[in-house]
Parts: sequence; structure tokens; C-alpha cells
Amino acid sequence: MAGSTLHEGLAPLNVASEQKSDDAHGYYVLGDKLVDAKAPTGPIKDRWTTRKFENRLVNPANRRKLDIIMVGTGLAGGAAAATLGEAGYNVKSFCYQDSPRRAHSIAAQGGINAAKNYKEDGDSTFRLFYDTVKGGDYRSRESNVYRLAEVSANIIDQCVAQGVPFAREYGGLLDNRSFGGVQVSRTFYARGQTGQQLLIGAYQAMERQVAAGTVKQYTRHEMLELIVVDGRARGIIARDMVTGEIETHLADVVVLATGGYGNVFYLSTNAMGSNVTATWRAHRKGAYMANPCYTQIHPTCIPVSGDFQSKLTLMSESLRNDGRIWVPKNREDCDKDPRDIPEEDRDYYLERIYPSFGNLVPRDIASRQAKNVCDEGRGVGPVVGDFRRGVYLDFADAIARMGRQAVETKYGNLFDMYARITGEDPYEVPMRIYPAVHYVMGGLWVDYDLQSNITGLYVTGEANFSDHGANRLGASALMQGLADGYFVLPNTIRDYLADGPFPKVAEDHPEVVAARESVEARINTFMSMNGTRSADSYHKELGNIMWEYCGMERTEEGLRKAIDMIRELKADFWSNLRVLGTADGINQSLEKAGRVADFIELGELMCVDALNRRESCGGHFRGESQTEDGEALRHDDEFAYVAAWEWGGEDGQPVLHKEDLIYTAIEMKQRSYK
Amino acid sequence: MKLTLKIWRQPNPATAGAMHTYELDGVSEDMSFLEMLDVLNEKLNTSGEEPIAFDSDCREGICGMCGLMINGQAHGPEVTTTCQLHMRSFKDGDEITIEPWRADSFPVLKDLCVDRSALDRMVQAGGYISANTGSAPDAHAAPVEKKKADRAFDVATCISCGACVAACPNGSASLFLGAKITHLGELPQGQPERYSRVVGMVGQHDHDGFGGCTNIGECAAACPKEIPLDVISQLNKDLRTAMVKGR
Ligand SMILES: Cc1cc2nc3c(=O)[nH]c(=O)nc-3n(C[C@H](O)[C@H](O)[C@H](O)COP(=O)(O)OP(=O)(O)OC[C@H]3O[C@@H](n4cnc5c(N)ncnc54)[C@H](O)[C@@H]3O)c2cc1C
Ligand code: SF4
Ligand code: FES
Repeated sequence: MAGSTLHEGLAPLNVASEQKSDDAHGYYVLGDKLVDAKAPTGPIKDRWTTRKFENRLVNPANRRKLDIIMVGTGLAGGAAAATLGEAGYNVKSFCYQDSPRRAHSIAAQGGINAAKNYKEDGDSTFRLFYDTVKGGDYRSRESNVYRLAEVSANIIDQCVAQGVPFAREYGGLLDNRSFGGVQVSRTFYARGQTGQQLLIGAYQAMERQVAAGTVKQYTRHEMLELIVVDGRARGIIARDMVTGEIETHLADVVVLATGGYGNVFYLSTNAMGSNVTATWRAHRKGAYMANPCYTQIHPTCIPVSGDFQSKLTLMSESLRNDGRIWVPKNREDCDKDPRDIPEEDRDYYLERIYPSFGNLVPRDIASRQAKNVCDEGRGVGPVVGDFRRGVYLDFADAIARMGRQAVETKYGNLFDMYARITGEDPYEVPMRIYPAVHYVMGGLWVDYDLQSNITGLYVTGEANFSDHGANRLGASALMQGLADGYFVLPNTIRDYLADGPFPKVAEDHPEVVAARESVEARINTFMSMNGTRSADSYHKELGNIMWEYCGMERTEEGLRKAIDMIRELKADFWSNLRVLGTADGINQSLEKAGRVADFIELGELMCVDALNRRESCGGHFRGESQTEDGEALRHDDEFAYVAAWEWGGEDGQPVLHKEDLIYTAIEMKQRSYK
Repeated sequence: MKLTLKIWRQPNPATAGAMHTYELDGVSEDMSFLEMLDVLNEKLNTSGEEPIAFDSDCREGICGMCGLMINGQAHGPEVTTTCQLHMRSFKDGDEITIEPWRADSFPVLKDLCVDRSALDRMVQAGGYISANTGSAPDAHAAPVEKKKADRAFDVATCISCGACVAACPNGSASLFLGAKITHLGELPQGQPERYSRVVGMVGQHDHDGFGGCTNIGECAAACPKEIPLDVISQLNKDLRTAMVKGR
């Protein structure tokens, strides 16, 4: 923690920012400032303990009378369903896949952070906290992040007790690795399948509760609307994706753990079904969407190979430890066999620009520089659209240095995956990589208790905005999902439930009927439009707009253009969509139509948010805000706030509520990797 | 390349299905098998025919959502999932038959989608370690021999796709079961429930109509995660011990 001093957290270290620019003028309305009413004070290390103590308890005999709706069965939702079921509440769990275990958490490869300090290398709760806030470019809430670091160690204990087979050393103890450029080894992993093993642990714990009768699981069910009665979230409308039936589910509290919305870009490393529908429907019912433009673009993905491409595949960041990234110096060389390009004609651009960090610069920088060289026309691989989207990740030096055998032991499964997808042998020819959308830091606004601004609506995991600021460090999303699910939510939700059970809501309550009818009306519109284009074709078009103008680098001009394009696309979608088949059974085109309709609206809000934030921070790089040598320039004096957007109505403009970020334990500093 | 596709179409569980033939031109060898079906679906939508329903989610071989019988082979000709199969495994002019998983315990829902909820039910019947949240001792309290930890991991990579069931002439889920029994049974944490687990899971397996294992080995040959056949020996061994112990 060079140059940083420890602060207990007793006094503010910065003043609230004051925005001078107003790039998004005309696209939004400025609302009141937002204050997290649950924000704890006092020494940072005591805040969570105090809050846990203050939160009221629910008598065990009362728990079975309390109904909880849990949408999502990933790490955040699965862990919470299991834990709340064990505590004796009545949980209804929903997911759109055919089994809870298929939530996209399953795809996480690298690992999970925890401040165990098993390696005695100087790690601590404070250091993990510090790294996470700094990594997030000082745009996250310090109390939340400290709590995350604090409970991280318990996660590992819990998972091991469930039988998660983490990697071990010969002595039988757990192995750790260093990940994402940090200087300590705090990442626990299970080969390249950490997410899978953690999720299976949570899933099995949840299935145990299904057998015990505390959790009822609804698979192949998609939440399509939130029910709000008298200002409280009281249920959801879900569609049984097999029978097509529109179902009403009522409860005392609703939790959304529905994952991220990276698929707004069409191509991403997310699953095909990952969507924003659950959170967007809640947003339209009044829940604020915070920092929607904060997107993480991962530098090492397998490049797009053609127009038919349906998703992108991530390859672990660990490859950058030994591979060297380069492109040809001259455009004329771009279609040559890379092995025929002599050393002096290669540009190892990361090593050139960032001599001290080289190929290990943070994700946002590595991604942006790859885009820059490709935009200059020096990309490699097939021409997709109008240029080549790829850079080399070359292991020739590593193979010469370590021997092929050692490279195979370390990266064999990744090399095999690459070979399977591309048909090329990475031991012989350099790999090609390109950045891809991977994670979203934005999400529904929540307070310290993970409750949204709608009473009784809680949001956990990637679906909320809380812990990663403008950029997420590797191996910290799994940590957040399980922290929220096992330890945070179960402790905060009880304070709310202590006032329950709430008066029963009848299925014919006007709000319930209205929610249900709006879902049915929307489905009828989709089914009867009878236009000419598939939902997928609109999704692709939206993705191109987002990637081009709201991707790695955003400019005022580009964002304005994007907003116009999205509005046109939306109008066309609602007049020219074609969904065939019927609504009373499996209909994947219908499912897709609903998701794309919501992505289009989200896309517009992301552009407005990006337009307003005239600064570069983390994953959000604004062309107008850079240093002389092209590095990101943050403006703490203007933008050290969370942008929480309120739905402005069908024809209205979104309303911006700012929550000031005031640090008491860490001082804000500009990042530098040169 | 140009392909002739024979695809099972069935509107719903109650209506009989049949094979339909489609011609598809312009298939690139870089496409994944499912992207090839996406392209066909886009064409069908344009021509006014309802697209074919098939399951997939992660499309990177880990969630277990996809799964098709391709020319009679579960997940097709390579040792991988359907979503990770690429068209370079086929050639111009090929005729490809595409069907859903065929097993009594996996009823067809529509076209190529089946109901695999029986796999969840087996897990509910004991495929877990009981450890309530908050009750765990420090993770280093019980070291695990690396060999055992590695073996547990190897078999824990099962993705619950159901290919083993679809490939088995008896429709047995023994490979899936054996993988879970071995994963939890290798670890010290899994010992207390080891024998009740096997009895519970096998009971549910039989109850849901999965067939018995007659050592044919088609399951392991079809498994995209290369779960080895010897997990079934482990399963049988644990089951015998459980019987002797009278649990
Ligand atoms: C390829 C990849 C690799 C990654 N690697 C790492 C890593 O190494 N380390 C790390 O820390 N993080 C990693 N991440 C990030 C991390 O995996 C995710 O952020 C995290 O797992 C999200 O968990 P979650 O529980 O919030 O959501 P998910 O696991 O995405 O679960 C969402 C759940 O919500 C349900 N759902 C969604 N919408 C609806 C709806 N409308 N109706 C009903 N149900 C719905 C889904 O069915 C699912 O059950 C990776 C991400 C990806 C994509
Ligand atoms: S054992 Fe193999 S084939 Fe069977 S469900 Fe698991 S991964 Fe699929
Ligand atoms: S779609 Fe996830 S394994 Fe194939």
C-alpha cells in the first residue's frame, strides 16, 4: 500500500463533488440527491458487526410464516436460498434454465479472492478492501467493500465444509495464486472451473433444502414483472416457459439475484439467456438503476470469426503471465503468417507503452490498447465487418524458455479450448485474442442492507451495483456473489422481515391484476405484430451500436449518435418484429423478444449515463477526458458520485439522483501503471 | 458447405413428433453446431416456419444445458458438448440427423428440448454434504490428501448434461450418480453421510425409471467431461457397504 495511510474511518477525507459539465443536457432531469439511509458510521472495521447486532431477529417459529421470493440461482441467489431455507423461512426460488445449477456463475474460471493470509504474505482484510476500492477507481462505497473483504474468509470455510474441491498442495492444505496483478496470493481456485465448483456447492445446499421442504424450486420460469403494492415489493409475475402459463407469485419480500446485463452488447461472454428483464422491470416500477454505463471488457477472449457468431469465449487472464501481446508494425503484414514476420517488424505495444507493467496492465487498459491498434488497421485474423479484430498472444518465447511440457501443464486446457474453437494449434501459431464484454459493474441501486429504493425489494450479486465501482478486480465477483448470498443478505433481510408477516395480498388486488395484465398484453403484442424481422436480428443491431459507441471508448458525439440510433431501432422493433408459433408452450423467439425489448431501453439509458459522466474511470473511458499521453483522466471534483437513475416514464426523461461518495478510510488517488 | 439436416420436430409433449428434412447452404466450418442451427432458425423465421426449439445457455461447455443426439451419438462425433462441437467436424454434402436425448426418464417437451428434472431429484435425495451456513470450521482444519482432492475434483466436473443416460441402452444414470458419490465420498467432509447418500440417490434413480447398469460403457464414451467408468464401481461398492451396514 505504498504511499497510503491507514484511516480508521472516523472523518471524511474528501468533500462532495460538484459537477460543472452537463453533456447530457436535454436527455435527463436532475432529481434530488440520494442518501443511503442505512449507511453505518464509526470505525470502518466495526461497521458490519454493529449493523448485524442492530438488525432485529426473527423468532424461529415465525420464520415458516414468512415467504421469500428469490429470483436467480447463481452464487448470489443459490447461496441465499439455501441459507434462508436452513433458517426456516419459506423460499420460492426461480431460474430460467432447467436446473438451478446452470446459472451463469458456473462459467467463471479463474478463482475467488479471500483475505485468509494463508501464505503469510502480508494480506489482510484491510489490504483486500484497499485493493478492491483502488481497482474500482474510487467509485464504490467503502463500507460495502470493507464488509465484502471482512466476510471473504468465511466463504472459503463454508465452501470447503460443503465439499468444494479447491486446488490443494501436497501437504493437503489449500493452494492460492496471485490474480489480476495484485501482489499477494489470495485467490482460491479449482483448476479453471472455480465458478462451477462453487455453484455446485451452493446448488447442493439448496437442493438439500428443497428436500427439507423449505425451498420450492421453479425452473424454466422467467420473471416478467415485479408486483408492488402500497409501496412494497410483494411478488412477481413469472411465465412457465414450458406451458406458457402466466403465474402470480406473492410473498413478504422479493430478492433479485438475476446476474448481469452484458448481453446488451449481443456478443459477450455471458450465457445466451442472460438478461436485464428482471431488473429492468423493477426499474420501470421505480427501482433506481445505478451507474448503468460501467461495463467491464475483458482483454483475452477468442476473437469473432464471422457474422454468425452467437457468443464469445473468455480465456483466463492468467495467459498474460507468460504470453506476449503484439501486432505487426506495418499494416501490409497483417495477413501474413505471423511466424514469417521478423522480430523487428513486430510491435509489442503493451511492453512499449507500459514498460513496468507490460502485458500485465489492468483489464481496461489492455482492452483499450488492443482496440486502438486494430482501429489503426493493424489487427490480425479474419476481416469481420470492415476490419480485422484480433491481436497476437504469442507463447513462442515461453515455450523456448520453459519448454513445451511446462506450458502444457500450466495452460493445456486453455490451449485445447482455443484449438477446438478456432481450429488452430496455439503451440505452433500465436493465439489471436480480442476484448469482449464480460461483466457489468452497474446494476440496481441498493443501500448498505442490499435493499433497493423500493421497500421490500433486495438485490444481490452482479444484479446490484454496489461493490466494484467503475472496474472490477479479477476473482472478486464470485466473492461478492457468495458474500451477499451466504452472509450479508440473510443478516440484513431479517431486520425487514421482523415486521412481517405482512398483510396478505389478494390475487385480485388491482396492482396484482394490473401487473399480470401488462405481461399478457405485452406477449399478445409480440405474438400479433407479424412483421418481418426476428428478435435476434434486432439484438445484433443493438449490440453493434453499443459496442461501437458505448464500448471501450465513448465520446460525446458518438453517444448522441447512439441514442438516436437506438430510438429508431426501438420504433422499428415495435412495428416490425416477427414471432412465430404460439405463446402456450416453449417459444424461444417469444422469450427472446421480451429480453431484447428491455435491452433496447437499457441501452439508451447506458448511453445517457455515459454521456453525462465526462470523465474516464475504470471501464468507462471518455475520449474527452484523457491525459496528454492518452491515459484515463478521472475527475473526482465533479464525478465522485453514484449515478442512480429513476425511470422517467414511457415518454419522459430519466431522473438522475446522485449519491456522493465520501471516503473516510481511504484517500482517493489517480491510478498510474506507467 | 451444404448440408441436409434431418431434425426431430414435436410441438409439445402430448403430440407425436416426426423427422423433418431441411437443406442448409453456406455453412462455415468455423461455426459451432448450435450457431449452424441459429442460422437455420433465422431462415425458418424469414420463410414463415416456426424456428426449432433447442436448449443451450453458456455455449462454452460448462453449464450442461445443451445436448443433442447427432447421427445417433450423444453430443456428436467429438468428445465434447454439443455447443463446443464445430462444423469443421463435418463436410460438404453431409446428411446429419438431429434428435433430442432419448430416455424414458427424460420426456420430450418440444422439438429437441427434454425434461431432465430427474437429475435434480437425485441430488435432492442425498447428493450434498449437510453444512449449514455459518457452522463451518476454518478451511484448514481438515487437510485433504492431494491425490484425493484431485480425484474429487476430476469427477466433480460432471455438468449434469444427461448424455450418459441418452447414450446408455438401458437409460441408466449410473455414471452421473457414480460421479457424485465419488466426488463427495473422496472427501473427509463427505464421510458422515456417505452411506445414507448412496442409498437415497440410488433409490431415487430407480424410482424415476432410470435403468440398471450392465457395464456396457457407452456412458463414459459419450461423456463430454470424460468421467471415468470406475466411478460406477465406486458407486456399487458404497452401495454394498451401505447394505451390509443396514442403512
Ligand atoms: C466467462 C466468465 C468468467 C468469469 N470468471 C470469473 C472469475 O474467475 N472470478 C470472479 O470472481 N468472477 C468471474 N466472473 C464473474 C462472475 O462469474 C459473475 O459476476 C457471477 O457469477 C454472477 O453471479 P450471480 O449469482 O449474480 O448471477 P448468475 O450466476 O448469472 O445467476 C443469475 C440467475 O438469475 C436467473 N435469472 C436471470 N434472469 C431471470 C429472469 N428474468 N427470471 C428468472 N430467473 C432469472 C438465472 O436463471 C440465474 O439463475 C466471470 C464471468 C464470466 C461470464
Ligand atoms: S457423467 Fe458425463 S455425460 Fe453424464 S451427466 Fe455428467 S457430464 Fe454429462
Ligand atoms: S450450452 Fe452450456 S454446456 Fe453447452
